[in-house]
Amino acid sequence: MKFTGKVWKFGDNVNTDEILAARYLVTVDPEEMGQHLMEDIRPGFSGMVAPGDIIVAGENFGCGSSREHAPLAIKGAGISAVVAAGYARIFYRNAFNMGLPIFESPQAAAALEEGAEIEIDADTGTVTDLGSGEVYRSQPVPPFMQDLIRAGGLINYLTGQSVG
Amino acid sequence: MGMTIAEKILAAHCGRESVRPGEIIMARIDLALANDITAPLAIKTFGEVGTERVFDREKIALVCDHFAPNKDIRSAEQCKTVRDFAGVQGIKYFFDVGTMGIEHALLPEQGIVLPGDLAIGADSHTCTYGALGAFSTGVGSTDLAAAMISGQAWFRVPRTIRFLYRGSRQKWVGGKDLILFTIGKIGVDGANYAAMEFTGEAIDNLSMDGRFTMANMAIEAGAKTGIFPPDRVTEEYVKGRARREYTIYHSDPDAEYAETIEIDVSGIEPVVAYPHLPSNVRPVREAKGVRIDQAVIGSCTNGRIEDLRQAASVLKGRKVSPKVRTLIFPGTQQIYLEAVREGLVEIFVEAGAAFSTPTCGPCLGGHMGILAAGERAVATTNRNFIGRMGHPESEVYLSGPAVAAASAIAGELVHPDDVVGREN
Repeated sequence: MKFTGKVWKFGDNVNTDEILAARYLVTVDPEEMGQHLMEDIRPGFSGMVAPGDIIVAGENFGCGSSREHAPLAIKGAGISAVVAAGYARIFYRNAFNMGLPIFESPQAAAALEEGAEIEIDADTGTVTDLGSGEVYRSQPVPPFMQDLIRAGGLINYLTGQSVG
Repeated sequence: MGMTIAEKILAAHCGRESVRPGEIIMARIDLALANDITAPLAIKTFGEVGTERVFDREKIALVCDHFAPNKDIRSAEQCKTVRDFAGVQGIKYFFDVGTMGIEHALLPEQGIVLPGDLAIGADSHTCTYGALGAFSTGVGSTDLAAAMISGQAWFRVPRTIRFLYRGSRQKWVGGKDLILFTIGKIGVDGANYAAMEFTGEAIDNLSMDGRFTMANMAIEAGAKTGIFPPDRVTEEYVKGRARREYTIYHSDPDAEYAETIEIDVSGIEPVVAYPHLPSNVRPVREAKGVRIDQAVIGSCTNGRIEDLRQAASVLKGRKVSPKVRTLIFPGTQQIYLEAVREGLVEIFVEAGAAFSTPTCGPCLGGHMGILAAGERAVATTNRNFIGRMGHPESEVYLSGPAVAAASAIAGELVHPDDVVGREN
């Protein structure tokens, strides 16, 4: 399972209020949430994202509220994966439950720059900068978790449905 | 090898003699909680799975508190979704306008969550119940839906960091100052994945309300839960509220801690957390001259009766600055009633403050006190992230109730002594 896209770079402690402000918690529609992704810290962000792009951030990504709307908004905006130096606990769990693949790599988070084209290999747990050829280590995603991501999240995985 | 309180509660709920940090367990839960923002997603998931009934209608709490009383048509629809689901499922602990309070003030007050419980909630501040000696933690809506279906949830047993508070607190220094000081010391991810255990002589004489404030903000250090050893203060609080049996757990003398952090509270002064992280903590004296447009006293962090009493002791006989919109939110209807009976509401209104029905409203920039661009608030809430209380160019300074009330009077951040005087 591979993810290829352009890097959008964010700093440390990107919190769930910044990912999706509370004023948009009046919907259960991921696409609508995606239209407001990172709006307060990067106005117009969702309009700049191309499908498949990847967010690269620093420490403690997703800290704050338990809102599952945060990983849903990231998916809804078309982001294919997140690479960060580290994650807040609740977000980490919510991301996989929502079928959003996330990777921990302090090296990649420090080195990668905005606009870089990268490829993430979930089987080997590596992040490759396609421009420089530099390879960064993360953790492989186990096969069942890849199935879960393909299914679109925990519930679809458990009930055997798939989403388009 | 001994166990910590957190480990004992988790072991008891998965039918084991003992558990160790890092182990992954499936455990039965005593309570699953959601609110009008997170419940709709969980209810959607519940429907997708196709289960007909919740596992136990007496172990689920649904509270419409965030955008309630309904702030607009869409939030009205969300509350209606929750209300309808609660009706169909016969959820025993469903709270709507009139009985509703801010969930983390309400559930302990009503004796719905008790010492020794394992509780999860689709709200990050679910960690509040650790003040009772319970293990409680925030989860997403999907985990919550799974728990509503099965009565179970999986957990990775957290390591425990012990905090030892020594010395005696200065006047005006409460639970909020202690927890902000602690977060300032360890950072917003200083306890990521860990259980924080709050102990020491400076905690022994802290009231339940002060303990709820501290446990509530454990999440702001990234913690899975913040837990207090139950003592006579806990027993006194629970007595008369509990509607079922509960179990008191204590950490063993030879329990293993990942770390012990000692904090001498004697030198801690009332503090504020500068924007935009709860860890940007400084003594309020250093913030003198920071002008404010709004003061918010309330929330799941500081909306309990002791908080209102402290605010009233500062506001009594004084007027808030005409330039500061002062909003006071009691945590629950019971607290509202106590505030009326004790004459606190009269003090607030005479001081020029607005006194509201309970709601999470302004804390998360929902409604009832949104900030415009360039505006600044002092708030007894728990987060000061960018855009948390409104416009992305507004600012929130976090504090305890005494600092917020004093600052409302002064029109700028001040130490309560500067308003009340040292003699009082």
